[in-house]
Amino acid sequence: MASKRPKSTASNKGKEKKNNAASPIESVGSAHPDNIFPMVLTSATQELFGCRADEDVTGDNPYKLLRREDIVQDMKTRAAVSDFSPVKQAVLDYPGEEMLLVFDRDFTYGQSFYLVLTVDAMERMLRPPEPETEEAQEDESEDMLMPTTPVPQPWVPLGSDKEIEDEIYRDSRPRLKYRISRLRREFGAPVVFSDRSAAETKDAFMECASYEDKSFSLREMEGSRGVQAIPDVKAASTQTKWTYPKNMCTQYEPRQLSEKEKNKCLQSKKLKNFVQSVAIRFELAIQQNEIMDVFFNDWASLSEEDGAFGGKADTHLKEYQSFTDLHHSREKTISHINWHPTITGVIAVAMTERLSFEERICGATKLVLNPSLILFWSFSDPINPQLMLECPDDVLSFEFCPSDPNIIVGGCMNGQVVLWDISAHVDRLQGTRSGGGGKNMANDTAAYQGFESKHENETPVVRYCAVSGIDSGHKAPITDIQWLPESFEVSRTGVPLENKTGICVQIVTCAPDCSVMIWDIRVPRVATHSLGEERKQKMEDRPLNNPHCAANPFKHLDLSWKPLMKVSLPKIDTSGEYSPYKFCMRHNRSDSQVATVHSERSEVPDYSLLRVPSAKQLKTMEDICTKFYVGTEDGEMVYTDWKMEKDNESGKLFSPKPSHRYIVHDGTVNTVCRSPFFEDIILTVGGWRFAIWKEGVMNGPIFLSQYSQTRCTTGCWSGSRPGVFFIGKEDGNIEVWDILEKTHEPSQVQTITTARITSIKPWIVSSKQHLLAISDHCGTLHILEIPWTLRSHSGNEKQSISKYFDKEVERLIYFEKRQEMREKEKKDKEAEEQRLKTQLPDKSMEQIEEEAHREYKDYLAMEKVILKDMGLLEDM
Amino acid sequence: MAKVEETLKRIQSQKGVQGIIIANAEGIPIKTTLDNASTVQYAGLIHQLLMKARSTVRDIDPQNDLTFLRIRSKKNEIMIAPDKDYFLIVIQNPSE
Repeated sequence: MASKRPKSTASNKGKEKKNNAASPIESVGSAHPDNIFPMVLTSATQELFGCRADEDVTGDNPYKLLRREDIVQDMKTRAAVSDFSPVKQAVLDYPGEEMLLVFDRDFTYGQSFYLVLTVDAMERMLRPPEPETEEAQEDESEDMLMPTTPVPQPWVPLGSDKEIEDEIYRDSRPRLKYRISRLRREFGAPVVFSDRSAAETKDAFMECASYEDKSFSLREMEGSRGVQAIPDVKAASTQTKWTYPKNMCTQYEPRQLSEKEKNKCLQSKKLKNFVQSVAIRFELAIQQNEIMDVFFNDWASLSEEDGAFGGKADTHLKEYQSFTDLHHSREKTISHINWHPTITGVIAVAMTERLSFEERICGATKLVLNPSLILFWSFSDPINPQLMLECPDDVLSFEFCPSDPNIIVGGCMNGQVVLWDISAHVDRLQGTRSGGGGKNMANDTAAYQGFESKHENETPVVRYCAVSGIDSGHKAPITDIQWLPESFEVSRTGVPLENKTGICVQIVTCAPDCSVMIWDIRVPRVATHSLGEERKQKMEDRPLNNPHCAANPFKHLDLSWKPLMKVSLPKIDTSGEYSPYKFCMRHNRSDSQVATVHSERSEVPDYSLLRVPSAKQLKTMEDICTKFYVGTEDGEMVYTDWKMEKDNESGKLFSPKPSHRYIVHDGTVNTVCRSPFFEDIILTVGGWRFAIWKEGVMNGPIFLSQYSQTRCTTGCWSGSRPGVFFIGKEDGNIEVWDILEKTHEPSQVQTITTARITSIKPWIVSSKQHLLAISDHCGTLHILEIPWTLRSHSGNEKQSISKYFDKEVERLIYFEKRQEMREKEKKDKEAEEQRLKTQLPDKSMEQIEEEAHREYKDYLAMEKVILKDMGLLEDM
Repeated sequence: MAKVEETLKRIQSQKGVQGIIIANAEGIPIKTTLDNASTVQYAGLIHQLLMKARSTVRDIDPQNDLTFLRIRSKKNEIMIAPDKDYFLIVIQNPSE
């Protein structure tokens, strides 16, 4: 009843007072009628409680805390009269000890005082600035929008603590404490144990049997748990690897002294003393080493010479393979063999007709139909040749170019020099080496032009790229042809010049027409410009006459090739010229830088771009030996120089006379071959014997074999042993000569075939395999394997051989000397005799008669005496 | 200076001698008859070996000292004579 009124007024007042309803806290605090009870307090009550209006409690200080006990006491004493009677129940229920009485000066709730009934409200009353400040703050924040960092506020519980408090276990009563004591003397009394059976006395023990306690089987149907929400937490860990820098590599430079410091050191006395004192030790040590090498392993080096102990079969040349072509070598013979310098297992042979000169002339028409060929054989295919080179005429000699194995030069029977280029077919040759044969070809020829791919299994025929002019070349069959090494080239006068191109560009040929010619494969230089232009035009207009070759690198030479220089060999003592058959030049390999740089180049040069340079541009090489040996058709050995000399009178260039000439062989010299181990040892084979020469020794051959029964047709040095060479014979035998073993006869004779041997060439495939290619007159090519005894040499074999040769040279010199001495002796003796003869006619005839008479008388007297002694003469 | 040269020339002219190097105590070459790269290599390596050899000899007997070191290899022989301030290296090929 009384509460209704203030309720409405309070609520109205509350709404008026607080303009925003956003803060429920304030509205709850002020408009809620339950928390406060407005009441009137009489002055007596006021005096009693010390809350007289305007005295104890004022407008500024309207709060007064009254003790609840006092209020209860007052109610008890004055019962219904007490002012507090209307709130009696509330006061009794009041939990706290002090109640708040607020002096309401403005009569906000209708009365002058009001009593706060709840603790919360009391609290709130007592701390009014908070709501006010909060309100003020909110106003502020709305007006200015100033963000301030949130200041942590003390936590205000809103009722959640009640739940937590319900769950907390608190002691409802203080804990009980018990104290148990026992007399001290009763501790530690001796104990006596005795046995007693449990079954005897039933009451002697108490049993506590276990039973199922129902209270422990309760199932909790509901439970209350406290939950607290927390932000997401995540636990993570990481382990870092300890990396520390450490040196990967160090680059350093050695310390070096400057020149000045070095000189200073060298001048110092200390160094002088040091060197003096130390030199003695060194000399001792060095001389010790010189005298004898104490570490030389005699036992190990002994085994080298022991290898000769093998069975007889070991020393024979074993047949490895033999090649005969059914189509092409029927009526033919092989004139020259050459191994391919780079591709192993490929060998080229030149096939020529087996006819004598008259037969050739008679059958010349037939010969034109049968083309001459050079066949390339490979080890992988013994029946079909791999490549065939077409020649204008029979080739007697051919050579691979040392700097470019795809270029082959050959000398023909009609005196022409022929050039081939097989670079298009090198793959074929190489492919067969791997043994693929037909299968590889199928892959390779797919890249070829369509024309050739049809003939997969047929041997390709390569036509020659260039051939020399018939009138400008030799007039006789070219019997020997060789490349000049790439280190130098020869000018028109024969002077050796530096070769800037680094490849072999010049060829030397010889023929029995008494000339040795030097050719150049480059575009020739012409003296006058007009001729040059004409010639250039001519060369350009001329159409390609090689339909098979796509590009002819030697187009500039074809049919117009002229020799660079011609060396003639005039006879020494008579008129006329020598007719060379074979020749041999010195292996002039100088260490020019140009040569070494160019030898590393692997690309194929374009020959048509090369030009013969002028002799003035290149520098002359001093250390090239221009002398060479020539073996002639008549069996002579001629040593001559190819450098041309100038005739002082006419100014023409002419070849000098050869310096030396020897007649050693009785037949054509068919081989002049230089030893691969010694620069100056040459083997010549001809007629029925062979000879070994040393360049520089002009007296004669240092070794001359005895005449053999059969003609020696060819010979060559072994490639691995310096003292071994092979001689081929007319009857198909091979003689193996080992100078260290026997010098009067071959160490071994082996029959290879029945026909005459025409050419022998050795080749080293690997350290285990040395092969010897032998061709015979029937046109068959035999490949033989050289046994271990003939291919491995002992360490000092070269030294022994050179010593032997030196000895032979000495012998020759001594022999000559002796000859001279003998001559001289003979001369002296003749002179003596002459003198004696001339002295005798001084005596007159009478004197001679008288002497004779006297002698006769003496004789008669002697006769008498003897007869008398013998008693035959009677004393008359 | 001339005497030093003369002595060195005498050693150099012996049969089989390939090179001579004089180096100071730190292993820096002072005079040599070989090319620079080989010299520097020889001097550096042999200096270390020399130190080791000398310390070995002296560890065994402190009164002792290294006078001469000869290294014989398959191809040649290296002879080293150490001193307080310098050392001399000679390389010889005895089988020549």
